[in-house]
Amino acid sequence: MPQETAPVTDEFVPAAEPKAGHAPLDAAVETQQDLSAEINALGQAYARALQGGAPAEVQPRLDYPPYRSSILRHPTKSLHHADPETIELYSPAFGHQDVHALEADLTIQHNGEPQGERIIVAGKVLDGDGRPVAGQLVEIWQANASGRYIHKRDQHPAPLDPNFTGIGRCITGPDGSYRFTTIKPGAYPWKNHLNAWRPAHIHFSLFGTEFTQRIITQMYFPGDQLFPLDPIYQTIVDQDARDRLVASYDHNLTEPEWALGYNWDIVLTGSKRTWTENEALGAEGDKE
Amino acid sequence: MSNRTSQLVPTPGQTVGPFFGYALPFEKDNELLAPGSPGSIRLQGTVYDGANQPVPDAILEIWQPDSEGRVTRRTGSLVRDGYTFTGWGRGSVGYTGVFTFTTVNPGPTGPGAAPFISVAIFARGLTNRLFTRIYLPENEEALAKDPLLASLEPERRGTLIARRDPDGGLTWDLHLQGEDETVFLDFQ
Repeated sequence: MPQETAPVTDEFVPAAEPKAGHAPLDAAVETQQDLSAEINALGQAYARALQGGAPAEVQPRLDYPPYRSSILRHPTKSLHHADPETIELYSPAFGHQDVHALEADLTIQHNGEPQGERIIVAGKVLDGDGRPVAGQLVEIWQANASGRYIHKRDQHPAPLDPNFTGIGRCITGPDGSYRFTTIKPGAYPWKNHLNAWRPAHIHFSLFGTEFTQRIITQMYFPGDQLFPLDPIYQTIVDQDARDRLVASYDHNLTEPEWALGYNWDIVLTGSKRTWTENEALGAEGDKE
Repeated sequence: MSNRTSQLVPTPGQTVGPFFGYALPFEKDNELLAPGSPGSIRLQGTVYDGANQPVPDAILEIWQPDSEGRVTRRTGSLVRDGYTFTGWGRGSVGYTGVFTFTTVNPGPTGPGAAPFISVAIFARGLTNRLFTRIYLPENEEALAKDPLLASLEPERRGTLIARRDPDGGLTWDLHLQGEDETVFLDFQ
């Protein structure tokens, strides 16, 4: 287990000034080539394990060294299996006191229209049994169209947009549905290694009906050329599992002369509580 | 307890990243009740990495029963009215890795049960959220009988048990990695 201090290539370090782009490369800096070699080696080892009969991995690896910030921040002991008890079998409740309906539109939070490609992102939150997660909180945050976060520590020399904050919330409908209107985020550079770029993504924070289903994740856009290069997306070593984070372009969600539409459904882990009939009664009832 | 197995494959988690600080925190997010109100205590601690350095960019959520051991189903956590105990709070660590909540001592949810607070932690560099528990240090009999604590190696049990502060509050540190690594839970 490495005990050194955090690697120098830390994502908090401000990105290079625009004019420094042609400075000679520091030989000590890790390149994308170095990182890609590590990513590919881990991917190949996983493929061999799968062929050897290992089960598919459905969650990111906590220990994934190409994501340098994870090196000192992952547990080295295996997680302890526990049966959820009492409070863990319930989830905090949120309602319309907590979230205003307009918070789902990230394009109307200021006086003017934000720059960029207006999009609608919509889908459903389901539990592992396919039941809709109704009346529950969904939070999102993202970079603007230039790939810049409003966060004070993001020093990426791309313009802030005075008309875009990049935060949204909503409460899911009775069928588990959510819908946000926003701007397509740009890719953004970070300091994991030299010339590291995150694929465009929207952070999603979700609650289920039990606290054990709590999850924070990221939604990506189809066809992004940065997927194979990104150590965070690649913390999930299984291609099918990675694909579950990628939205689908959906022309039915697209609004004429207004916004392109993307669909992304989220499946939480299975529920452990024994459900009463009323609780389990989604739009289609319990299929079991 | 149901033995049902999930029919759908869950969506994977991802790291909360470095830039949650303008999005996830909200006013009074870490005040499950108003500081100084009757019965309120401070729950505090530090998040450490594997080099025993404080982690300055983590965010914790706690979810707990009230002082009588009741699980509340009240809404209003995001826009607190100052009176309703919702049982849930969110607290970011500061530059020194320290988090603080104002809450109550959770009550036992059943006769003889060891009271605990459920915790989810997110951080830059942490690829998926982790779950753990904070037990109250009192009532050793209940702690000894607790199914989870009883299933742990004795030297790791302590990572889930808070210390009682002189002012009546609780201190509980979280170690993501290292010799004192906190016990993290897998519920699947």
